[in-house]
Amino acid sequence: MDLFVNEKPITTEEGLTLFDIRARIKGDADIIILNGFPCRENHPLQNGDRIVLIKRGEVPTFEELEALMTSRHTPGVHQRVKKARVGIAGVGGLGSSVAMALARTGVGKLVMADFDLVEPSNLNRQQYFADQIGLPKVAALRDNLERINPHIEVVIHHLRLAADNIPIVFEEVDVLIEAFDDADAKAMLIETFMRSFPEVPVVAASGVAGYGPSNTIVTRRTMGNLYLIGDGSTEAKPGQGLMAPRVGIAAHHQANAVLRLILGERPE
Amino acid sequence: MQIHLNGKPREIPTATTISSLLLELNLGNAAVAVELNGEILPKEKFSQTLLNDMDRVEMVQFVGGG
Repeated sequence: MDLFVNEKPITTEEGLTLFDIRARIKGDADIIILNGFPCRENHPLQNGDRIVLIKRGEVPTFEELEALMTSRHTPGVHQRVKKARVGIAGVGGLGSSVAMALARTGVGKLVMADFDLVEPSNLNRQQYFADQIGLPKVAALRDNLERINPHIEVVIHHLRLAADNIPIVFEEVDVLIEAFDDADAKAMLIETFMRSFPEVPVVAASGVAGYGPSNTIVTRRTMGNLYLIGDGSTEAKPGQGLMAPRVGIAAHHQANAVLRLILGERPE
Repeated sequence: MQIHLNGKPREIPTATTISSLLLELNLGNAAVAVELNGEILPKEKFSQTLLNDMDRVEMVQFVGGG
């Protein structure tokens, strides 16, 4: 039968079990993942099964890492997300968290643009560290993503996105994430990008401030290929701040919408 | 005359522009993206674009925060 062991195809005789494969290939493995799920007990194998063998605490080679880190994915997802190219406009609270989720998912190419530098008030919700204050956000985020998943391509643009450069920066993406803070900038990005690339889906956010109920944040389809995430009304303003939990919920709605679009599913 | 605004029928007077419709909806100063009959309308055309009977208008409002 044909199996995949640590993402490499192998052909064996029929009737083998999970533990037979462990004994043959990596006898000291103490984590055995079958088709995305860790198994403690032995299991008969079937044609097409995907097995990952991990020795806890052992640092894999660069080549092995990619197969091992995707072993908890639903089977078949990795091959599809690896081909995807996602644009992220703004890498603040929304964009930096979307980037983290997509990097962990193994999305093959991220194109990120932001003009800003990391400053102390970002650290309450954005995916940066105190020792990165003063760095361009896109450069700091690229470093952080590289530490999580060195197998993806990250392209950065340290610039202020505007009507003249948006179609150039994001001309080759399969999906665009709108992750700005400013409301007028959000509208400008949507107008510019959707006029240039009406067929490319955009996943935007509006209404993510404060600490209102989690379940008021929803994903919905609006006009054309525009998906909008948030409660639609809770804006950042004096007396109503931006907090890691709720911005993070919205960011992960955005990331899941992207994943669903890549996999051919409707986000909403 | 009648238009469809975000999928719902709405009566509007003749000579209504996108800008005057936004004002009527209390969205005069809001950050919005507007689609008219399936095409995104640039912001600078809001004040000169007259609505016609049975036009389909989609509006998405954005609030700040991210």
